[in-house]
This record gives sequence, structure tokens and C-alpha cells, in this order.
Amino acid sequence: MKIDITSNKFNPWIQLQTFEKNIIALHGKCGAVATFVGTMRDEGNTVQTMFLEHYPGMTEKYLQTFSETALQRWDILDTLIIHRVGEIQPGETIVLVAAWAKHRDSAFEACRFLIDTLKSRAPFWKRETLNDGIKWVEK
Amino acid sequence: MSIDVKFFASLREQIGKSDIQIESTDSLTCAKIWAQVCNNAPLPSHILMAVNKEYAVQSAPVQDGDEVAFFPPVTGG
Repeated sequence: MKIDITSNKFNPWIQLQTFEKNIIALHGKCGAVATFVGTMRDEGNTVQTMFLEHYPGMTEKYLQTFSETALQRWDILDTLIIHRVGEIQPGETIVLVAAWAKHRDSAFEACRFLIDTLKSRAPFWKRETLNDGIKWVEK
Repeated sequence: MSIDVKFFASLREQIGKSDIQIESTDSLTCAKIWAQVCNNAPLPSHILMAVNKEYAVQSAPVQDGDEVAFFPPVTGG
């Protein structure tokens, strides 16, 4: 189980590869990995950049709890969550969620649970810099 | 008792502060802290709150030394 909140740009595919390689417990046992990658859209030039704020300490705590819940609720081997904070440019990855399991159903369901609970409960807030000003993203 | 009150995102900008220390001799709840910090302005129903980094409800009791945070609905992911 790994949780990382980072202000550095990351490549989700390299992160997945590195995680898999380093977790010995996954070797030979994992038959399915489900992943979700969320990216900042690049829709022309209306949104120039995005800023992601979080609540240090609380965000990590909740992501940890969601991961522990997923590991208890489904027959999965491991989980990974990486989320960007700070300034983000169009086309960059915002979030990576992955769940490793023996079989696909558990992997899909745990991955879906993690991204859904992250979006509805983890304290992150997006602020967009538009051509004509700055706007907080509202739900 | 002394309470550390925090605000995040758009709410921090509206209030104009990220952190306020309050002192009180009364027993406190999240709702009472909001009233004290925001000059009795009503607590908007969409605002979320946490005590010591755990989600809490308006009526949640607050103890000396607690950290209480108020913030708008979350928009991560």
C-alpha cells in the first residue's frame, strides 16, 4: 500500500512499473491490475493552468483509510494512490489509482471504490486560472 | 481553552485568513466556533468541517488544543 501526494510532475505508467517491480508480494501472485489515471484536459486555451490545494495531514490520513478499507473489503494484494498538488499544466496527470489482485473483479471494484471515495471525501480543492481570471472549481 | 481554527480554498479567501487561534471559557462545538470566528454569520449548509483532521458535524464537541477546520466541498481527483 502506497500513498503519495506530490508537487512533482509524474508519469503514471513509469510509477506503475516501478511499484510492481519493487513489491515482491505481487510477483507471480497478481493476475489482474486495474488502474485509473486522471489527467488535466487541454480544451483549447480557456483554462491556462490549475492549482491543487490539500489539507496536509488530513488528506494523507483519509487516503490511507480508503486504502485499508479496500484491502479489507476486497480480495486484493496491494494498492497505489499518487495525487498531484500545486501548479498543474494541461495534459499533466492529476491522479493515479491502482489495485492489484488475483482476479479482475476485485481489482476493478477496489480501483473504482478508491477513485470514487477520493473524489467525494479526500480534502483536495482545484482552482483554475482562466483567460479572464481565477476560479475555484465548484461541485 | 485554546483552539486552532483553519480555513481552506475559497473559504480561506472569503474569510481572508488561513489560521485563527481562539480562546474560550465555554464548552464549544464546531457551530459555536464558526459563530465566534465569523461574527455570528450563519454556517452555510455546504461547508464541511473537521476536528483533528477527521470529518465532523456542526454539533461535534471541541476540546482544548483541538484543531478545527472549515472548507468547501472537495474537488480532487
